[in-house]
Amino acid sequence: MEPFRQHRGTVAPLLRENIDTDQIIPKQHLKSIERTGFGAHLFSGWRFHGDGTPRHDFVLNQEHYRSASILVAGKNFGCGSSREHAAWALSEFGFRAIIAPSYADIFRTNAGNNGLLLIEMEEPLVRRIAEQAQTKPPYELTIDLEAQTITDDFGFSETFAVETFRRHRLLHGLDEIGMTLLREADISRFEERRRTFLQRGT
Amino acid sequence: MEKSKTLFEKVWDSHTVMQREGEPTLLYIDLHLVHEVTSPQAFAGLRLAKRQVRRPDLTFATIDHNIPTTSDERFHIKDQIAAQQIATLRRNCESAGIPLFDVGSGRQGIVHVIGPELGLTQPGMTVVCGDSHTSTHGAFGALAFGIGTSEVEHVLATQCVAQTKPRSMRLTVSGNLPEGTSSKDLVLDIIRRLGTDGGTGFVIEYAGEAIRSLTMEERMTLCNMSIECGARAGMVAPDQTTFTYLHGRPYAPSGNAWTEAVNRWQQLATDESAQFDREVSIDGSRLEPIVTWGTNPGMAAPITGRVARPDEARDASERAAILAALEYMGLQPGMRIEDISLDRVFIGSCTNGRLEDLRAAAKVLRGHKIHASVTALVVPGSESVKHEAEREGLDRVFIEAGAEWREPGCSMCLGMNPDILAPKQRCASTSNRNFEGRQGREGRTHLVSPATAAAAAVAGHFVDVRGWHYKE
Ligand code: SF4
Repeated sequence: MEPFRQHRGTVAPLLRENIDTDQIIPKQHLKSIERTGFGAHLFSGWRFHGDGTPRHDFVLNQEHYRSASILVAGKNFGCGSSREHAAWALSEFGFRAIIAPSYADIFRTNAGNNGLLLIEMEEPLVRRIAEQAQTKPPYELTIDLEAQTITDDFGFSETFAVETFRRHRLLHGLDEIGMTLLREADISRFEERRRTFLQRGT
Repeated sequence: MEKSKTLFEKVWDSHTVMQREGEPTLLYIDLHLVHEVTSPQAFAGLRLAKRQVRRPDLTFATIDHNIPTTSDERFHIKDQIAAQQIATLRRNCESAGIPLFDVGSGRQGIVHVIGPELGLTQPGMTVVCGDSHTSTHGAFGALAFGIGTSEVEHVLATQCVAQTKPRSMRLTVSGNLPEGTSSKDLVLDIIRRLGTDGGTGFVIEYAGEAIRSLTMEERMTLCNMSIECGARAGMVAPDQTTFTYLHGRPYAPSGNAWTEAVNRWQQLATDESAQFDREVSIDGSRLEPIVTWGTNPGMAAPITGRVARPDEARDASERAAILAALEYMGLQPGMRIEDISLDRVFIGSCTNGRLEDLRAAAKVLRGHKIHASVTALVVPGSESVKHEAEREGLDRVFIEAGAEWREPGCSMCLGMNPDILAPKQRCASTSNRNFEGRQGREGRTHLVSPATAAAAAVAGHFVDVRGWHYKE
């Protein structure tokens, strides 16, 4: 996993509430057995017409936002299906961070496992950032995960909260499986204690 | 004396392998269910890191999401990419020694239908699957939740997941659900009240008189859709209904082990003085049939009600959401739900594809004909459900009414197989998600109970099934 320390990038505003993972990556693109190839289909229902041509009214098709790496969205981002393909698609498209008032639980974990930083901010602040991105593109933000700050070039500066452990993993790009495997002895002891419970019928 | 605990805390604590200050809990997993869509990258990751599947004996796989539902095509899949996904699962299971309930085995079906019906899902267990509707299994008093593919890989390698402890909510439903309503109406009503993020960060325990009198299948429908209000999981404390359902199932304990298990399961109920982080109560006796009109499961109204109007919104973002939903759904603000007419009806999915659901739909359809402008698809949740339904003659009822009777799978719940809506087609569906494009690009989905779906199929528009004219 690529570590996340500091990131400066362009902001794309997509201020809808309840953006579900079916929108982030529609099901017709889930049939791959690879982890890559999903970026091209990110938000495909919104990004493209039925015939595959781009919809010019969609934010990520507009000049100033095409190479955005920070997405600003409405509350409950990532709700619905558990598909990690949503996190893969966002990362592959180039997003490193999302700013929204809240996120769905499973998406939060999936993002963490793919080095995608989720920043939770009060709704008025999210709105303000989205407005800046809308009115003076390309609007850039610098996110410093070590200092837990977001700043722009016009004097905007805010701190954000992030769980200590999640921050630690992101900063160092740590593989969760490797970390758990260090606990092998604890897992085996646990299994020994619960042996009868784990027995099955036929 | 030991601290009093909720059902959720009992299961959580008994599965905690390790808990360090400031870190997520390492939780042991008793049952890991696997399907073809969210697992290939996890197996590939394992191979890449030269890691083994730790407990193939606690892992079970099936094929459900992209399998075609016509009897021919399910053995000869035309979609090459879907076929590759299925072939990959077969290969992965074989090399890791994971039991696979394959197509034609008599046990294949939607992962959340077969876990319970095979007796794999048991009270007090931790159950995970790379699928958000894993919450279904909470109906047994198991702690069951959906995980992403990286976590699937994590469970394959370690038989554990790392989780931050959720908060607890008790949702008490008093009274008895009225005739003509079902647990599907109940859960749609709950989501409508809590909102699509009202349960975020919580495990919900459903309690109260109305819940106690639900059958196991009805409890599954309820727990299944817990995720649609954002909850991590839904749970119902196990009771005699649970034990009766499980007794004699293929993977349930038997003989002495059964007696011991029941004794253990009886200890799982929430202690009387245990505290929840949040308490919500609902009067179940006033429930009405519910129909969604929008593009998330919380956008719903009673059958006697109307589609929302933008001027009812609490704030600007809700107003925008209502406008966008009405436009996508092609509905007039404030129109009567009963005036919405339909092109398609889908009865099936892990929410409502079980035997009782099919019985409820068949009871409405018996002796009636499906409206000329509607095509209806009935898809049993598993091979075993299909077999049982045919033994009872339900298939005849569906076919005589003019519906198609298909082979088991997820089907038009998400349309990863050939069963999809055409653009702008309007569908009454017993599934769980009405997101934009869920059942096909530009398709319009209304979520309802099996009885309401069947009645709509006959009438050609939504009707109140409480006034239904049953034949025979
Ligand atoms: S029936 Fe629908 S919701 Fe259930 S597992 Fe299949 S695709 Fe998911």
